[in-house]
Amino acid sequence: MTEAAGWRERVEDTALLWGLVGVVVILSVLPLARLLFEGIAPDGHVSTAALARVLGSSTTWVATRHSLVTAFGGTLVAVVIGSVVALVVALTDIRGRNAFVFCFVLPLMIAPQVVALAWLQLFGPSSTVLKMIGMAPAMGSRNPLYSAEGIVVLLGVQYAPLVFLTLRAGLRTMPQELIEAGLAAGASPMKIVRTIVLPLMTPPLVAGVALCFVSCLGNFGIPAFLGIPGNYLVLPTLIYQRLAGLGPSVLSEVAVLSVLIGAIAVAGIWLQDLMLRRRDFRITTTSSVMRPFELARWRLPVESALWLLTIVVLVLPLVALVLTSLVPAVGVPLTATSATLANYEYVMFEHAAAKRAFVNSFGMSATAAVVIVLLAVPLAYFLVWRRSRLLRVLNLVAEMPYALPGVVLAIAAILVFLKPLPLLGISIYNTIWIILFCYFARFLVLGLRPVISGYYQLDRTLEEAAQVAGARLLRRLRTVILPLIAPAATAGALLIFLTAFNELTVSALLWSSGTETLGVTVFSFQQGGDSTYAAALASLTVAVTIALMLSTLLASARLAQGVLPWRG
Amino acid sequence: MARLTIDRVTKQFGEFRALDDVSIEVRDGEFMAILGASGCGKTTLLRQIAGFDKLDAGRIVIGETVVSSTALHVPPERRRIGIVFQSYALWPHMTVAENVAYGLTVAGVKGAERERRVAAALSLVELNGFAERRPAALSGGQRQRVALARCLVTEPSLVLLDEPLANLDVHLRAAMEDEFARFHARSGTTMVYITHDQAEAMALADRIAVMDCGKLLQVATPSRLYREPADEKVARFIGEGMVVPVDVQVVEPGGTCMVELFGSRMRMRCSPSQTPATDAHACLRGSDLRIVDASTPGIAVSVVRAIYQGGFFRLETRVDQTPGLLLHLTAPEPFELAANTALRVQVADGWVIPAAAKG
Repeated sequence: MTEAAGWRERVEDTALLWGLVGVVVILSVLPLARLLFEGIAPDGHVSTAALARVLGSSTTWVATRHSLVTAFGGTLVAVVIGSVVALVVALTDIRGRNAFVFCFVLPLMIAPQVVALAWLQLFGPSSTVLKMIGMAPAMGSRNPLYSAEGIVVLLGVQYAPLVFLTLRAGLRTMPQELIEAGLAAGASPMKIVRTIVLPLMTPPLVAGVALCFVSCLGNFGIPAFLGIPGNYLVLPTLIYQRLAGLGPSVLSEVAVLSVLIGAIAVAGIWLQDLMLRRRDFRITTTSSVMRPFELARWRLPVESALWLLTIVVLVLPLVALVLTSLVPAVGVPLTATSATLANYEYVMFEHAAAKRAFVNSFGMSATAAVVIVLLAVPLAYFLVWRRSRLLRVLNLVAEMPYALPGVVLAIAAILVFLKPLPLLGISIYNTIWIILFCYFARFLVLGLRPVISGYYQLDRTLEEAAQVAGARLLRRLRTVILPLIAPAATAGALLIFLTAFNELTVSALLWSSGTETLGVTVFSFQQGGDSTYAAALASLTVAVTIALMLSTLLASARLAQGVLPWRG
Repeated sequence: MARLTIDRVTKQFGEFRALDDVSIEVRDGEFMAILGASGCGKTTLLRQIAGFDKLDAGRIVIGETVVSSTALHVPPERRRIGIVFQSYALWPHMTVAENVAYGLTVAGVKGAERERRVAAALSLVELNGFAERRPAALSGGQRQRVALARCLVTEPSLVLLDEPLANLDVHLRAAMEDEFARFHARSGTTMVYITHDQAEAMALADRIAVMDCGKLLQVATPSRLYREPADEKVARFIGEGMVVPVDVQVVEPGGTCMVELFGSRMRMRCSPSQTPATDAHACLRGSDLRIVDASTPGIAVSVVRAIYQGGFFRLETRVDQTPGLLLHLTAPEPFELAANTALRVQVADGWVIPAAAKG
């Protein structure tokens, strides 16, 4: 061996690392940088015309106010529900915990537009459920959900699981001694929750609040279904309406709007950081997990309250959705004779766009899941086992497209791909590839997180043993690491598939004839007044989602705690 | 088979110097133990030899090939070494045979040749019937042997063992110690054995390198390490040696000298290059201390503590002349003990610790 000893190994390492860095930069940095550039220099010339036009328009500020009102309101509702439920589930001895967690987290996995559609079917004059019990409001009266309050409640219901999940993850790391020390000092359980648990849980709670706020802010499905009919526009729906109505000519303006909503989101995240930096929340002891508080005679009432919550926020809306999908036309009461499967038949076999949407959504979600996981396994290898400053930055960069509202990424992608690709001369605008690009960018972090946690559970000597046996990096990844990381990678793939499958925000802005997704098709049906078709299609996506979530529970024993959010 | 040269190797982690100018020469076919408490740098040294980390100064040579220097770093996959990890690091998704065959597959060995060599490696560790089992279905000792077979199948020039017995229970350890010793005799491979257990190192190794705080203290055969520790740290660490102040008065030819110890004169072993010195130190062993009656010359001590250890007592005593100094020795049963019992102790043997090299 000479000076060149090991050059193949070095080349392989370096090529793989820089290849991955390149991919992440193209997925994350390029679109966002392009968007910022458009904000400063529309069409390549520095100009404040678009900026002035947008910022000078009252519509912008009305939508901004609406966005802030609904995001704060939704966050408040979500934090109240989510944190109470998290404390009860994590700290007390309620029964049926796993089943409850599954049901409680379900709204997070179902598409927001489906949640909105389901709730719309529950209330309002044409509600099949209310008609069945004879309580439907008079025809022509307004659905009470078409309002700011409606949006706030639904955002709260949709994202309460986010607060729940972050808080529960924190509670799981809380050492039992801290509580026992409180009990030994004579404090009651309620006092312990107030004076020990909640103060220590500030970081996860604040993180959950920030996550929830950003999610509410970026949500498109709920304000689209509930706000557009009543002309209550928030920033994402304003962007959608501008772009759908006027096309790419308004790109510079919507770019400014996107930057605006992105800035609000970043402010939220920054505020979170600021709040947590001022105090030291580190827990100094580590030990076994907590033993739950005994609820004793309160157990049954608490359990009943939890399940009542489940019925109200999950079961009733879904039942309403399914019932609507079974009536022949909007407003027709559901009876044994009027019930029909014709809506399902129509969306599955007759309606061309709906049929395409199945193929598109399945295909793109599966592709995104597989490709992202194949990227995530080597990427996480470098992130976990070859820590460096570059890689820490890369990790943050990979989070951005998911942390920022979906419309931001969609507009950025349009800006990048509106013109044909350099060198190749082909344009992917108006093809499924632009949607797929956004899926890769946006959901990369969903695959990355479980894979990273998988690496942390893996004994590195397993890789080192392969290395001294002479295996180079790619072979080690293929023969040793991939098989061992497979459970975590599968969980990541499933999260990506489910999220992409139920996605609307990105595709609503990027779809064209032939590239419809299921989310877009449900949205189109509902906008066209075909609620029964929308309900049938939505019911099908819910069924697929629940079936996939249930199937993962069978294999979840091999996964780290917290990888699958719906696991108890 | 190859010799291993570790030449003035230094490794720095931020402010912390994990390896400080360490040089060890391991001969071809030698069984070298690297002994030290946790945090002494022995694992860092192993990772340097294996090539997992780059060094900051010095060089490492395996056979005739420089594998690590500040200018060059041969990656672990090219070093042709074998490692038995403390955790064994058997791949749980492969069978025993697949685990053992991995290195051959990587090297491009195929078909019947590969099968033959896997079978040979498995029979070397007496695991012939276990080829199709998964690691999870094996006992600790069997896993250990699979790890050994896996690292030997490619006939590495050098085998590193990282505390391979640390995860086994006591009775299995003794059996595996025998196995390693026999195995080393049979294969003749150069082995570097990392351990914190001096009994293990003494039982197995041709020579032992003692490390502390990233520095190499002494490299010597087990008996020499025990009888002639190079400095106070080694003296205290190996075999619970006691370090006492002595006044070296006359150095005799043949490696002995007359010293004064706590006021009484006696003969001790010393280095031939020892010179008379009033501030020297000697290493005493508990087994060389004997209780004698008051009429015999000896050192006056009083008992601080007596610990019953089954069949004998371990006595911890304070030297009357130098109350800060504790001596320990064993006393056979029965032993009558009262508080502050005064005893007279005779020292049968001792080793004058060479003065630290100046400079």
